[in-house]
Amino acid sequence: MKVTLRIQRYNPEKDSEPYYQEFVLEAGDEKERILDLLHQAKWKHDGTLTFRRSCAHGVCGSDGIRINGRNRLACSTLLRDVNYKKPIVIEPLPSMPIVKDLIVDMSDFYKKYEAVKPYLINNAPPPEHERLQSNEDAEMLFESAKCILCACCTTSCPSSWSDENYIGPAALLKAYRFVFDTRDDAGDERLDVVDTPDGAWRCHTIFNCVEACPKEINITWHISQMKKRLAQREM
Amino acid sequence: MITHQYDVLIVGAGGAGLRAALEIPEGFSCAVLSKVFPTRSHTGAAQGGIGAALGNEEEDSWEWHMFDTVKGSDYLGDQEAIEIMTKDASRAIIELEHMGMPFSRTPEGKIAQRRFGGHTRPEDPSDPDSKHIAVKRSCYSADRTGHVMLHTLYENCIKQKVHFFSEFYVTDLIMSGNVCAGIVAMDIATSEVHIFHAKAVMLATGGYGRVFRITSNAHAGTGDGFSLVYNNGLPLQDMEFVQFHPTGLWKLGILISEAARGEGGILLNNKGERFMERYAPTVKDLAPRDMVSRAILTEIREGRGFKGSDGTYYVHLDVSHLPKEVIDDKLPEITGFARTYLGVEPTKEPIPIQPTAHYAMGGIPTTPDAEVTKDKKNTKVAGLYAAGEAACVSVHGANRLGTNSLLDLIVFGRRGGKAIAEFIKNTDFAPLPADAAERTLSKIDKVMNSKGSEKVGALRTELQEKMMEKVGIFRNESDLKEMTSEIKSLRERYQNIAIDDKGKTFNTDLIEAIELGSLLDTAEPIIYGALVRQESRGAHSREDFPNRDDKNWLKHTLIFKKDGTPKVDYKTVSITRFQPKERKY
Repeated sequence: MKVTLRIQRYNPEKDSEPYYQEFVLEAGDEKERILDLLHQAKWKHDGTLTFRRSCAHGVCGSDGIRINGRNRLACSTLLRDVNYKKPIVIEPLPSMPIVKDLIVDMSDFYKKYEAVKPYLINNAPPPEHERLQSNEDAEMLFESAKCILCACCTTSCPSSWSDENYIGPAALLKAYRFVFDTRDDAGDERLDVVDTPDGAWRCHTIFNCVEACPKEINITWHISQMKKRLAQREM
Repeated sequence: MITHQYDVLIVGAGGAGLRAALEIPEGFSCAVLSKVFPTRSHTGAAQGGIGAALGNEEEDSWEWHMFDTVKGSDYLGDQEAIEIMTKDASRAIIELEHMGMPFSRTPEGKIAQRRFGGHTRPEDPSDPDSKHIAVKRSCYSADRTGHVMLHTLYENCIKQKVHFFSEFYVTDLIMSGNVCAGIVAMDIATSEVHIFHAKAVMLATGGYGRVFRITSNAHAGTGDGFSLVYNNGLPLQDMEFVQFHPTGLWKLGILISEAARGEGGILLNNKGERFMERYAPTVKDLAPRDMVSRAILTEIREGRGFKGSDGTYYVHLDVSHLPKEVIDDKLPEITGFARTYLGVEPTKEPIPIQPTAHYAMGGIPTTPDAEVTKDKKNTKVAGLYAAGEAACVSVHGANRLGTNSLLDLIVFGRRGGKAIAEFIKNTDFAPLPADAAERTLSKIDKVMNSKGSEKVGALRTELQEKMMEKVGIFRNESDLKEMTSEIKSLRERYQNIAIDDKGKTFNTDLIEAIELGSLLDTAEPIIYGALVRQESRGAHSREDFPNRDDKNWLKHTLIFKKDGTPKVDYKTVSITRFQPKERKY
């Protein structure tokens, strides 16, 4: 069957502003990934079409894009997940500088991720064996540790759109990952980073991030837990 | 052209490269280059676990782990290196835990462990010759072990302020006589070529799954490191040993971890038979990967597979009898893949699977300290190191056991990092040849200005399909001979490729063209290695030589490119504790 991708194009060497180009493509069935179709467009029609991708099954986080107005991974979105009777609109993730076509500059996103000290800090000398942790405590971290840093959440957040200094849901989720790790000693240092108007308090529980997350992480819940921890700290 | 100088350069930001970077002491400069942002590296796709005889769930010992690895390798693994790895395994896992890696836990709060293919213990621990049964040795974090390991290592690199060059594509090694003096790389964002002058270079560039049509590997898995070495006259070792993972999602090749069988999943043919009972009566579905992949193909060839809508075949992996909480808590990711990509509900119905190209047992020959060697006498190449899937230490021999790849990364990544840290203390920078970037510049120039008629995508698909058909799980002389001329002709056609994108910004058209060169460079030694090895051992199955032949073939293959054509040599296998025996499960 024929499907149409309406792809936003932009080459900084040639174009003064982005424009849309339609590709009419052949899809085997509705289980075809949007990524397969992007590859078909690039490999069979126009080699200049540019996008990131690597694992092609939703674990590396390279191919976050906007599909029909929703932030999703190209490799985890199948034709049957969208209305393919009409042209499928493909755009880069919003609110980040466009480098070329679907590729955005993620340096600000990574900078905010690094700001929350995304690593375990434990100042006690390590024991000979593993640090003990109950499975319940370990599982408290698993959902947040699923994050693949695709930026679908942060770039779907209206608070991020309106405040470029807002640290964003992905960085807050990473802060949770360590603040709630029973093995970590630096909860306060990290809470200091997020206890600011541009930190956790900029989250207005809009839940866009939850809808956008391809790993189905309830990000807003995690941020709320951190707000609770911040409030407890105040008291 | 921009020239940088670093004491140490690490190419590749997966498990091995990141672990090595953590060993470079303060006071020395170190940079890690990666063609993808570090956490996009393929280590992150590993699922089921990392092997170590922690004995947290049942009695275990590193000697049993060593024996299993030797036997799993079909006796081609170097026992000296396997002993180092299995002895160091528990320390290495504990270290990951201390670094912050989140693990699933036992009721006592220790690291949880599960069963995995080929990992066994004697039923009577006091009698090593008693029947071996599956043991819980795989340390895991649900079915995202590689993902959390990769993130933990990257996080520790941030903590240690390791310098990264993200989205830099390495195009050449700089050799100054017999010494490696650095690398040439392209900044993908701008197409600018950079020279990196270094005292030591580590290749941690991963595997080559994309040589094959059906693969579990990322698109980035194009064998670049193998190509860098091969094109500089250095050998590649045991390249004929390609692991096909038995359970890739049908048609897509996406990995469905052995953990599914470790937790109790079974394989079924179209008669509903649990066919592994016939091929490996003691460990059944938890036999090593080479045996399970052959068994699946044999079932299909003998008419007991399922025929799919597109005419290709599959068998069933059934986890529907497992308790829902096991599926939800321990296998959430892979059952999610089945739902997302095939529309199959694994709690109710079996998952269609087929073997998928998964792992390179062979690679760049190294010592157990990750030093690259260049001949059968293990002569070292000063300043050049390799670790992880790109390297061949060799701990996996003819077939790797599940969970040993993540272990390989952190054990030999660390050892390589330590060896480099010593090396740079007493070494000066080797002189940089004036024409260091010459080959890269002319390669880029040629591709950018070509008016040829060949297309990268079409040529790559042809290579992948032919490799799948003729150099896959079962091989024979006539197919392999055909492939030697086929690869020649594909290489000639490659000289005639042209691309659409003539720009400088993020030119992935150009990158894919260079990557296709890596794929072709990698396919050649796989084909030649498979052709010369006239026996069946581990993952290398020759229909015309169905038996293992220790008398003639208990040796490593080395393949060099000399004057443009592949030349073969051989190297002895290190056998210390376990004499070769028939391999039965």
